[in-house]
Amino acid sequence: MESITLHVFRGAHGVGSLTDYEVPVTPGMVVLDAIHYIQAHTDGTLACRWNCKAAKCGSCSAEINGVPGLLCKTRVDLFPEGDIAVGPMRTFPHVRDLVTDVSWNYRVNARIPPLRPDPARGGAPFDLQQEDVERVQEFRKCIECFLCQDVCHVLREHQRTDAFFGPRQMCRIAGLEMHPMDTLDRRQQLHNEAGVAYCNITKCCTEVCPEHIHITDNAIIPMKERVVDSYFDPVAGILRKIGVLQRQPRQKAAGDAAPATTIHSPPKSAD
Amino acid sequence: MEPCEAFDYDILVVGAGGAGLRAVIAAREAGCRVGVVCKSLLGKAHTVMAEGGVAAALGNMVSSDGELEPDGWETHFVDTMKGGAFLNNWRMVEIFAHEAIDRVFELEQYGAVFDRTPEGRIAQRPFGGHKYRRLNHVGDRTGLELIRTVQDKAVGAGMDVHMEVTLVRLLTAGGVVVGALGYHRETGRFVTFRAKAVVLATGGWGRMFRFTSNSWEGTGDGVTLAYEAGAELIDMEMMQFHPTGMIWPPGMRGILVTEGVRGEGGILRNSRGERFMFKPEYMPELYRGQFAESEQEAAGWLDDKKRFRRPPELLPRDVVSRAIYREVKAGNGCEHGGVFLDVSQRGAEYIKAKLPSMYDQFHALGDVDITVEPMEVYPTVHYTMGGIRVDPETAAATVPGLFAAGEVAGGLHGANRLGGNSLSDILVFGRRAGDGAAAWAAGKSLAELDPAQIADGQEQMLKPLGKSGGESPYALHAELQETMQQNAMIAREEAGLKIALDKVRELQKRAEGLAAPGGREYNPGWHATRDLVSMLTVSEIIVLCALERKESRGAQWRIDFPERDDAGWGTKNLVVHRRDGQPAVVESPLPAMPEHLKALFQEH
Ligand SMILES: Cc1cc2nc3c(=O)[nH]c(=O)nc-3n(C[C@H](O)[C@H](O)[C@H](O)COP(=O)(O)OP(=O)(O)OC[C@H]3O[C@@H](n4cnc5c(N)ncnc54)[C@H](O)[C@@H]3O)c2cc1C
Ligand code: SF4
Ligand code: SF4
Ligand code: FES
Repeated sequence: MESITLHVFRGAHGVGSLTDYEVPVTPGMVVLDAIHYIQAHTDGTLACRWNCKAAKCGSCSAEINGVPGLLCKTRVDLFPEGDIAVGPMRTFPHVRDLVTDVSWNYRVNARIPPLRPDPARGGAPFDLQQEDVERVQEFRKCIECFLCQDVCHVLREHQRTDAFFGPRQMCRIAGLEMHPMDTLDRRQQLHNEAGVAYCNITKCCTEVCPEHIHITDNAIIPMKERVVDSYFDPVAGILRKIGVLQRQPRQKAAGDAAPATTIHSPPKSAD
Repeated sequence: MEPCEAFDYDILVVGAGGAGLRAVIAAREAGCRVGVVCKSLLGKAHTVMAEGGVAAALGNMVSSDGELEPDGWETHFVDTMKGGAFLNNWRMVEIFAHEAIDRVFELEQYGAVFDRTPEGRIAQRPFGGHKYRRLNHVGDRTGLELIRTVQDKAVGAGMDVHMEVTLVRLLTAGGVVVGALGYHRETGRFVTFRAKAVVLATGGWGRMFRFTSNSWEGTGDGVTLAYEAGAELIDMEMMQFHPTGMIWPPGMRGILVTEGVRGEGGILRNSRGERFMFKPEYMPELYRGQFAESEQEAAGWLDDKKRFRRPPELLPRDVVSRAIYREVKAGNGCEHGGVFLDVSQRGAEYIKAKLPSMYDQFHALGDVDITVEPMEVYPTVHYTMGGIRVDPETAAATVPGLFAAGEVAGGLHGANRLGGNSLSDILVFGRRAGDGAAAWAAGKSLAELDPAQIADGQEQMLKPLGKSGGESPYALHAELQETMQQNAMIAREEAGLKIALDKVRELQKRAEGLAAPGGREYNPGWHATRDLVSMLTVSEIIVLCALERKESRGAQWRIDFPERDDAGWGTKNLVVHRRDGQPAVVESPLPAMPEHLKALFQEH
């Protein structure tokens, strides 16, 4: 394979088409290298995000032959026929070429209260065993590429960004919920504004996660169970009513507070 | 002047890496209204790429005799000064070594989840130049853990975030920094900020070299903005070449292989199979007697850090980089022009647990299984010791109203930075900059911005836009990388540096005629024209300082002046400021270290 043909989506605000570019192949080349080649040699206006080129930052998310993935982690020799179509993530508002507006993810994230360790147990340094933290570390591997958000049908087909925080934020909440030191009760937020019930466990998110986080099995399902236990378990409900069961092993409920942080977007111009 | 969006803050933080976000937290705690701008999306700064760990002398690790390693800030101080070849500002190092410990604990309080020791404490790994195991880590993704932790904390504390905004000019009033001008990458429209203080936390610069671990952001904007606003820069000749960048396949060239690989027992060999770091000529006088002298001893150290001395692969980065350079130069390199780094003797299970992303990266991208075969590596431009000259206590730059922290600031690391010291640097001095800026801002009011400065900044930015027929920023960038790589990298000498200087100045002239076809919306070719201006400014300064310092010290290796000149050059820093539109390089005596700190070198 000496050269490949890249079909790149070019256009703005969702309007555009595929343009073909011939790119010479070097050993170990990834799709991002091919995009950089086009920028440097053919068309400097081709818009694309990237930072680390090492699958660590989650900037270069796109759809490669229709499959959501990282441009810097997708080798061109995966496609021996040498035809590669590259387009933007389709769940988010399109900006230009391969760039989309992912600011919604940051706005939602700002609604999730950070860790609240129990002051009664003293401040850091904490005494924790590796086994205590491993579960949480899995969720903290997330590089915020938003590929899982891109593929989740609740957001992609049904566009329920108003009702469901999406798998990425489920990971974030799971990382807090399962942190041995956290004292907040996050079930109410999960049930209400985060909309954990909208997930119907298709596992598409898990399949695309470049960090191999078991989003559905390890984050969402256990949290769904916790929410169900507290909201819909009739026995627990009755016991709670008559005061046998106290629903407060943890302290304060989280969520529904206006976030303190504002994520600004540029005013949209006419041209 | 084109009308544009305008925002007012008490403090404007430029950069959302670890330093910027830690400054935000401090400024919020001081009750300030804070805006933060960054070129990329939130959380994608260089900090996210750091692998090995954050250095702080917690002294958590147990030796073979059951005792805790006797680490403390004093030893961290001594190691950092030695690693920096004594060009460091002693006061910054003292503050740093002291405060790093609390900054790490604080991360844990904010929600960071470090790897643990069997006793339940934060686990620490050995790294080059650190006497004890000192790098607190999370596998090989410590930077991700750090940035996400301060990001979430800062978001919780409340700030105004302007993502994908590139600042192009600091705005001054009567010589005081009072605001900044930038543009939205998405729309190409301008935006201005008024602030009582500006904190620059824009990170380092490596993109002017061909082999670099830096992302597109590492173009030296922050240091250029400060220089143009009249601030002094220090130690600009000191660029760190990380000994182990990937060299094969070509697409991966320059990408970092964490020092953690050597910390976990990785061995360097040349094409003759020699473990060349044992060659006596590579052992600096300062470290003689402190490292293993046989392969058996080095192997013993893996399990017993008390009885055995550490392998010479863990010498400071400048030393290992030079050794690799000389091996390849002597014809002992591998087929692709590097040397071999082998960690396979540690076994697949251990490697996958301790170095998971390295394993993944080589497996997926390089077709190399590091659990059974060696990697090929060569030095890559990695880090900038030099930068904006700051006051150690407040992180204030030499221009009032301006503060700087993190990689963009200079002084802490001297002539060479030890691994892991940057992640603690950004926490310690990020916080100090936030506090310093808040103290400066207290009681002040916002100043009026000067429309002439804004108009000029806009005009400079718009000049190449829509033009056709001029030079391409990509082509000029490639020429710049070539000359810097050839003449100003690891091994420097006068003739080569002069070639580089001439070339950089020629490129500066040609850059006047840059053209960026296309419109204003998300146009990377246009953005690149501005990045190139920063890179050219900084490149000229690097070369001028490298020419001036006629000795070899730390990262500065002059083939024509191979000796370290302690009596002469060892007593001064090089400082740069703008005079009549040109960089002027002047010598500045090193501050004298107090006796009680000098005494630490005897005991530690
Ligand atoms: C691959 C790699 C591995 C590393 N590993 C380690 C390690 O293990 N241990 C360690 O201690 N150090 C390590 N380092 C070094 C360390 O990561 C960096 O020195 C440190 O993260 C720098 O942090 P910072 O906050 O100063 O800047 P950065 O994290 O670089 O952030 C700079 C910020 O400034 C913004 N910015 C820049 N210019 C502009 C502009 N013109 N306008 C607006 N915003 C701007 C950027 O968008 C970004 O948000 C590593 C570095 C790399 C590249
Ligand atoms: S498992 Fe749930 S969150 Fe994941 S893609 Fe399916 S519906 Fe979305
Ligand atoms: S959970 Fe995985 S797919 Fe989703 S944003 Fe994080 S890293 Fe990406
Ligand atoms: S560029 Fe960072 S994940 Fe691809």
